[in-house]
Formats: sequence, C-alpha cells, structure tokens
Amino acid sequence: MSRQSNRTTDSKKMNSELFTLTYGALVTQLCKDYENDEEVNKQLDKMGYNIGVRLIEDFLARSSIGRCQDFRETADVIAKVAFKMYLGITPSVTNWSPAGDEFSLILENNPLVDFVELPDNHSTLIYSNLLCGVLRGALEMVQMAVDVRFAQDTLRGDNVTEIRMKFIKRIEENLPAGDD
Amino acid sequence: MVIFSVYVVNKAGGLIYQYDNYVPRAEAEKTFSYPLDLVLKHHDEKVVVSFGQRDGIRVGHAVLSINGVDVIGKNTADGKDTLEYLKDAANYPVSIRFGRARLSSNEKLMLASMFHSLFAIGSQLSPEVGSSGIEMLETDVFKLHCFQTLTGIKFIVLADPRQSGIDALLRKIYEIYSDFALKNPFYSLEMPIRCELFDQNLKSSLEIAEKAGNFGAGS
Repeated sequence: MSRQSNRTTDSKKMNSELFTLTYGALVTQLCKDYENDEEVNKQLDKMGYNIGVRLIEDFLARSSIGRCQDFRETADVIAKVAFKMYLGITPSVTNWSPAGDEFSLILENNPLVDFVELPDNHSTLIYSNLLCGVLRGALEMVQMAVDVRFAQDTLRGDNVTEIRMKFIKRIEENLPAGDD
Repeated sequence: MVIFSVYVVNKAGGLIYQYDNYVPRAEAEKTFSYPLDLVLKHHDEKVVVSFGQRDGIRVGHAVLSINGVDVIGKNTADGKDTLEYLKDAANYPVSIRFGRARLSSNEKLMLASMFHSLFAIGSQLSPEVGSSGIEMLETDVFKLHCFQTLTGIKFIVLADPRQSGIDALLRKIYEIYSDFALKNPFYSLEMPIRCELFDQNLKSSLEIAEKAGNFGAGS
C-alpha cells in the first residue's frame, strides 16, 4: 500500500493552507454552535485532549524517544522534537520557575493562525486552545499531569505567542510495570 | 521461521487484539466403525481422548469435528451430547477429527491478564532498581517477546526460537497500531481492536518479518 511506504519517509506533503482553513472552519462552527467564548475554549481543549492521547503513541512509535528523566528534558523533547515533527516549528523554552516545575514555550509563528484576525466580539476566545488540550492529553498518557495555558497570544495583541506549562504531579494510578 | 501469534494487551491487562498465524500440525481425521475403540471423556468443556492412543491420535487430543462439522464444546453442531452420539451404533460409520485443543478466546483473555501480572512481577523481583518487566520468555518450542510502550500498552509476539528481527517487528507493530487503530476516529482507546486495515497491515508485516527472518537484526 502506498500509505505504508510513505510512513518511513515521514513527510506526506500537505498544503498547510488546507490545514489552516480546516482549523478555522472548525473554530467558527464551534462559535456558531456554542455562542459563548468560554464554552468554545472548553470544547477546543477537550478536542485537543482526544487528539493528544492518540498522538502520543504516534510520536513515541516514530521518534523512539525513551522516558524523560525530568521536566527539563520533557520541555526540550516537546519543543525540539514534537513541535518540529507535527507543526514544523521549533518554539524556544524559557522562563523557568525557580522550582523548575513551570516553563514557557515561545512560538514565533503559529501555523494555526496564519491569516487569522480575531474580531472584537470574540476577545476572550483562545483560538489555538486545541494545542493546550493536545499537550495535556499527550503528557497524561505518559503519567504526567500538567496545566497548559496561553500566557500571550499574537491574535490578542501581544508580540509573541507564549504557552505556559506547569507540572502538577506524576500520575501514580495504572503505572506501567517497571516504572518507579 | 514462523511467527506464531501476536497479542496486544491494554493498560489494565485486558487483551484487545489477538492473531494466530499457525496451523496446528498434529491433527488426525479417521473413520471409525462401531464400537469406538478409543476411550473418551469430558474435560474442561471439551471431549478428549483418555485412552487408546494410535495412528496420530494421542491422549489429550480433543474431538474437533464429527463428519466434517465442528463440534461446539461438549456437543455436536446439532446440540446433541457428543459422547451420547458416539455411543449410538446407528450413527456409525463416523469420521472424527482429533487434534490438540485450541485455546478458546476466553482462555486467551485469561492468559493475557495473567501475563500482564507476571510482567509486573518481573520488574518487582529485580535486584536492581528500575528494571523493565519480562521482555522474553523462552520454551523449547517458542520464544515469547514482549514490548511495553511508555503508555503501558504491551505488544507480545510468539515466534520460533530461531526467528530473528523480532525487536524490529515489535516496533513495526507499534507503528501500525498508532496508524491504523489510533488514527481511526471510531476506535475507542483500550477497547478491542476491530479495524480491517490494522489486520491487513499486521499480516503483511508478519510475512515480511518471516521472510527476512535469518537476515534481520538480532533479537
């Protein structure tokens, strides 16, 4: 099957504009359906979560990355490998908290928001909230509970897009055997 | 070089996929006339030979089919008790197929969750900290290889002891799972995998692994 042989080269070229349009259609339809920015943000996060729990296996299968030893390593893997693999961008990791449990990902450009402008009546909409859900879902499957939120958003007037990730705890239930 | 079976076990220890790639070789079909010179008995919901070993029919073999029709547990396909059927002279001559009883799907489920617990014991018994669970189980007839992902899913392959390249095969099965099972939006996580594309791709990667057998990377 031609799909199978594409997998090892790992770059099925797709028009990124179709991706931007698809995401935009999704968000606008959610806005029409729910008519409430908070509700749309929640739905985007839920959808992102469902994507994240599946995407993590694809990521692990393709990248053969082993278990990260600490949160710093996790941050590096997310920024340098995961974002590169799926969105083609490499955000920078900055603003570590003193305890080492919180950091920021600074995205210079966000492929989801090419050509997008937020109108005034949607000032509280977090357009790219899907990404927060994806990160949360993916990390939950490798036994890390994290809180992910947008600290800055170019769509709402800031200079850069900043995602803040905070480590909450290790999930001890259903640990795979062999992990301490 | 043969790969016998593939099992996929979810985080909770439940079997979500199973595929058998072997044909049991020890089967014998013979025509009998009344009275039957084998002694049969009930055992574990099946009818097995308890005495009278001959011609490839061994003690412990189960009745697989009568006159070409598979038996269901202790009863014939018509619902009659097999032992009663075979005591009746009017039903002879009869052609019975004997063979090693295959595992039922319930038995496989039980064995998979038992393996899931043993896997955990493997890491607990370890003298060193941070050991993995059971990676390989060897008998004189087959080798069982197990790969656990970071998310807790186990891929188990039973193969010929001389088969090499199983590590690569396990990684390939992980990729096939992440593609054809997970990317199917109608497949729910942790549930039994019933995806055609997953089956097809798994079978073809097993064929490739069997052919590459001797030349593949050491397992």
